[in-house]
Amino acid sequence: MEVKRNDTAERCDTSVVLCGIMLDNPVIAASGTFGYGYEFSQIYDINVLGTFSFKGTTLYPRFGNEQPRIAECPAGMLNAVGLQNPGVDAVISRELPLMAKYFHKSAMANVCGFSIEEYVAVAEKLDLEEQVGWIELNISCPNVHGGGAAFGLDPKMAAEVTSAVRRAVKKPLIVKLSPAAADIAAVAAAVEAAGADAVSLINTLPGMRIDLRRRRPLLANEKGGLSGPAIFPIALRMVYDVYKTVSIPIIGMGGVSTAEDVIEMMLAGATAVQVGTANLVNPTACLDIINSLPSVMTKYKINKLSDIIGGAHL
Amino acid sequence: MNKTFTIIKNEKIARATYEMKLLGDVSDITRPGQFVAIKLDGYFLRRPISVCDIYDCSGDGSGVLTLIYKNIGGGTEFMSTLRPGVELDLLTGLGNGYDTKKSGPYPLLIGGGCGVSPLYLLARRLIAEGKHVAVILGFGTAEEVFYEDKFREIGAFVTVTTADGSHGTRGFVTDALPAAGSYTYTYSCGPEPMLRAVYKAAATSGEYSFEERMACGFGVCMGCSCRTVTGYKRICKDGPVLEKEEILWK
Repeated sequence: MEVKRNDTAERCDTSVVLCGIMLDNPVIAASGTFGYGYEFSQIYDINVLGTFSFKGTTLYPRFGNEQPRIAECPAGMLNAVGLQNPGVDAVISRELPLMAKYFHKSAMANVCGFSIEEYVAVAEKLDLEEQVGWIELNISCPNVHGGGAAFGLDPKMAAEVTSAVRRAVKKPLIVKLSPAAADIAAVAAAVEAAGADAVSLINTLPGMRIDLRRRRPLLANEKGGLSGPAIFPIALRMVYDVYKTVSIPIIGMGGVSTAEDVIEMMLAGATAVQVGTANLVNPTACLDIINSLPSVMTKYKINKLSDIIGGAHL
Repeated sequence: MNKTFTIIKNEKIARATYEMKLLGDVSDITRPGQFVAIKLDGYFLRRPISVCDIYDCSGDGSGVLTLIYKNIGGGTEFMSTLRPGVELDLLTGLGNGYDTKKSGPYPLLIGGGCGVSPLYLLARRLIAEGKHVAVILGFGTAEEVFYEDKFREIGAFVTVTTADGSHGTRGFVTDALPAAGSYTYTYSCGPEPMLRAVYKAAATSGEYSFEERMACGFGVCMGCSCRTVTGYKRICKDGPVLEKEEILWK
């Protein structure tokens, strides 16, 4: 099914600038919910997106966690996929050339690792790819034991991995933060000082479900990451707090499902917004948000979306 | 693939088992063994349900979609309360489905419980292709049996088994295999223990349909990945049907 973009309200300026790269609109499909964009490109022209962050990449191929990996919750879901991906070399040789056929904008490369050396090695390779516009350093995945999340919990460790990757890459470096940190604003400040060009937040929140029949955790990994509308108010509050602390751009995410959510995130301080779990339930979620942005902007008397960034702060 | 369907029938046909018929655009459903994912009010994730049958009545894609589901509580309990006239948001045409071309002249179809459902369209298509179809339908007890007559009406040779012997042959589907005669290919759908038993007992190559917990249903979240001989596969996109030769049991 081909879905066309609604181009009526051209008078509304939805463009934003993210680390020197202009986005037609602030809507970015979030890593892990969009694959490499291929499945979505069969449903709509994904070039309408601001951009998208492709599936988190590690140095070596990973199968991820055992089944089950998914559990439903009221207003959201838990996942414990565990960074399944084919490894950086296969991403570069196989996925990126395919992606070039249906996505013609700069994409965001989500980089994962289990050590500073791994983060650096993966980021260095992806930094050389022309299609990659930004490196998004994922120091917040909750689903891998001894993995990246540990870096995101502590300002000092977050700064260490950020500065190591900073030295290794030329492209804008975004650090994706964990809501599980005791003080996410302190982690944001630490990565800013270490050379991050932007921060994105929040990753999923650690959670779990228990199977009543088996009396065991429902997920094979026991715990998973909570996402979806359930976490939107938490994400919004964290974006608001981080905006007070850092001067680099913030990409807000966590349960964003509507154009109104995008505007709330931007008022809280986000320059751009990622849409994640909504894509899994509604394959045209990003398209629907982009199409309805102009009318929602008109409703709230916004001519230029970038004017409202941080507008909720006194 | 995102379509609005209207319920035209939703009735209990066996113990905890419901048949729902919906009117809508069925044009994306191209093979038996595919599934749809239904958005239900109050439930965050869509429910993946196998396609039992489709009738394209107009030539413009609109037609009747038949689904059979078991009320296991939660979302399916809610589904069982929906009345004709209610509109549902479905993703259709999901998954790879069965390949009827591989069947040879004498395919054997083996289903257990709700796994019987996708075998109906498969049987219909195979028979339309001139093949001689035998089916073994396995259930726990007589009150759970459904579609026995419907398979007979379309010309399939039907054997029913029940675990407690209250209807048909006593035992599991594999207990009916020796009496099934010779067959050229095996198609199977049902609970994993049944698939394992069929895998061991079946004499031919075949295709097996698997279930897994899913989030998206269309191949992007990696929630339902499994290992196979030919690498990692997504049950929702590269499956749910796997060839016998590529299955790696957990």
